Amino acid sequence: MSSSAKEAILYRIRTALHDVPPTEQPDDVAITRAYRQQDDRPHAQVVEQFVEMTVDYKAIVHHMSEADLPARIAQSCQDRNLRRLLVPADLPTAWLPAYEGLEIVTDDPSHPFANADLDATDGVLTGCALAIAQTGTIVLNSGPNQGRRAITLIPDYHLCVVYADQVVSIVPEAIAALRSSVVEQGKPLTFISGPSATSDIELNRVEGVHGPRTLEVIVVERDPQG
Amino acid sequence: MASALIPLIPFPEAAKTALADTQLRRNLGKATQTIRAKRAAVVDEMDDWEELREAGRALKDRVLRHLDQYLLQLEESVQRAGGHVHWARDAAEATRIVAEIAKSHDAREVVKVKSLATDEIRLNDGLAAEGIQAIETDLAELIIQLAGEHSSHILVPAIHKNRSEIREIFRRKLADTEDLTDIPADLAAAARRHLRQKFLTTKVAISGANFGVAETGTICVVESEGNGRMCLTLPPVLVTVMGIEKLIPTWQDFEVYMQLLPRSSTGERMNPYTTFWTGVAEGDGPQEFHLILLDNGRTHTLADQIGRQALHCIRCSACLNICPVYERTGGHAYGSVYPGPIGAILTPLLVGVEHAPSLPYASSLCGACYEVCPVKINIPEVLVHLRAEVVRHYQATKGINTYAYAESVVMKMLAYTFADRTRYETAQKLARFGQGPFVSEGKIGNLPGLLSGWSTMRDLRPVPQQSFRDWWRSRNEQ
Repeated sequence: MSSSAKEAILYRIRTALHDVPPTEQPDDVAITRAYRQQDDRPHAQVVEQFVEMTVDYKAIVHHMSEADLPARIAQSCQDRNLRRLLVPADLPTAWLPAYEGLEIVTDDPSHPFANADLDATDGVLTGCALAIAQTGTIVLNSGPNQGRRAITLIPDYHLCVVYADQVVSIVPEAIAALRSSVVEQGKPLTFISGPSATSDIELNRVEGVHGPRTLEVIVVERDPQG
Repeated sequence: MASALIPLIPFPEAAKTALADTQLRRNLGKATQTIRAKRAAVVDEMDDWEELREAGRALKDRVLRHLDQYLLQLEESVQRAGGHVHWARDAAEATRIVAEIAKSHDAREVVKVKSLATDEIRLNDGLAAEGIQAIETDLAELIIQLAGEHSSHILVPAIHKNRSEIREIFRRKLADTEDLTDIPADLAAAARRHLRQKFLTTKVAISGANFGVAETGTICVVESEGNGRMCLTLPPVLVTVMGIEKLIPTWQDFEVYMQLLPRSSTGERMNPYTTFWTGVAEGDGPQEFHLILLDNGRTHTLADQIGRQALHCIRCSACLNICPVYERTGGHAYGSVYPGPIGAILTPLLVGVEHAPSLPYASSLCGACYEVCPVKINIPEVLVHLRAEVVRHYQATKGINTYAYAESVVMKMLAYTFADRTRYETAQKLARFGQGPFVSEGKIGNLPGLLSGWSTMRDLRPVPQQSFRDWWRSRNEQ
């Protein structure tokens, strides 16, 4: 059944395209990429724009040096009174907060948690693959410090660490940087721009539907010695 | 089962009913004004918007002119990445494939991401007939599913409902909503509670696709609420129904569309969530992935050399939001899953003009839709082309007493008269005498017979007592 449907559709397409010269190749249809593909602004400005755009989409954003990162993470978790914090297995131990009453729950790829167990956590702490300044977007590719997609989706609070050198300026730079994740590694990607939101009620953006209702981002300037 | 594309009532009649609904007009006016302002602001931020539009158009042109090649490349890429690919000629075939996959996993319930392709084939009704319940998870889709209504906008299906109407629907249909307020955040929270367990436990999810990449087999779904991520990540089986025109050639091309789409649709620099997946990723997300490539009239559209550009559409809905006709009538008047300017061309192209002859006329041809279209679909050009098709259809089938037929008779008479100076001048003289009874206060307000439809909404200047030619001649004689 399937192969006959395939043959039928391909036949219909070829008949419909009788006006396209048989010698024409896809590359003969010119594509002009005259839009911006790179931005050469100073990187400090790019990082500043990332902060501004992410705040604009109602995320909580901090910007600091690496030395202050562990204290900031602990403070953010404590401010929300988190009891069970979910983390991917490869998260740097220096990031892990510790205070009375906090349990760290690690999602181990060899024994992944069931959805219900993930739902029983209060928040998740991860890194990211990169970030886009122009749009205030964080990109996850299931790579280092990120874990699988479900862990950043089910908890209601996502605390995400973005190194300043992970921030690119514009969308085309991000797409180019992500090429090997997709083409060579076949990894799934998630673009996150602010917390979960909807525009379905009178076309106004309302934060907080099915994804994490709070997104907190810590932008970190890497330690020069590190 | 009624088609989701073929209007049951001609547009002018349906529009009359819609225009009489003042609440509807208020809701639509408010919503479209909001979104128009948001879109304009974020498009203005982009210096290279026109260059992006041109690339967006050209890429779709390339794909369509070589669609067979690109589809075969996509199929190979998806299979290489561990996915299964199915081909469906029409709605029935696509529905059967989805039902078979669901049944093979004993699924009586499936969760759905908002998808126009599945609305177009009425998949939910088709699955219900097989004993499978499809649960819509997009907030607006949920609202209209609970209300038992149809979508009126391709992006915000419940755009015709305001917050207090939505609260009433939730109070009637959802548990524990006695104290629900009409604050949008509370309404969203009610939807979150209602769907939470479904996301965590359902075995099969169904989605549409915003883009499919031929080069890599990557599929992309753009969304806001996180219901998309839930459906695309948590259930072990994922079935995606994708129109065959949703292809883009390479991964790189996202640099164009991920800029054009969010700014044009919700007026955001970037929508909250976008998921890209390539076949199956071990230990991350669904472990069984099916892609269904749907024709359902797209090859018919492709055969129309002027109309084929309608297949460039990335379903952003900017043309609906800008359209003075849509803003007043709303989406239901179009009688199709695809309303507004894009629907006025896409619907007749998908089902044949004979099944939707009033839609190419559901426009004032003002051209605003063309200006905002992120992939430069020349909607007015296609509308005019389709109007000619409608006229040709009626000529061929000898339909009498229709708008189109009267117009074609008048146009033929005018062409005959204008082609010859003597005939033209004789006609002017005749009109000067004949128009007498119809002229009042210096204008013609009503014409008789078949012409009355045209003059209902328009005033005509009477033919002057002396034409320029007459004046010129009399001047020379003096």
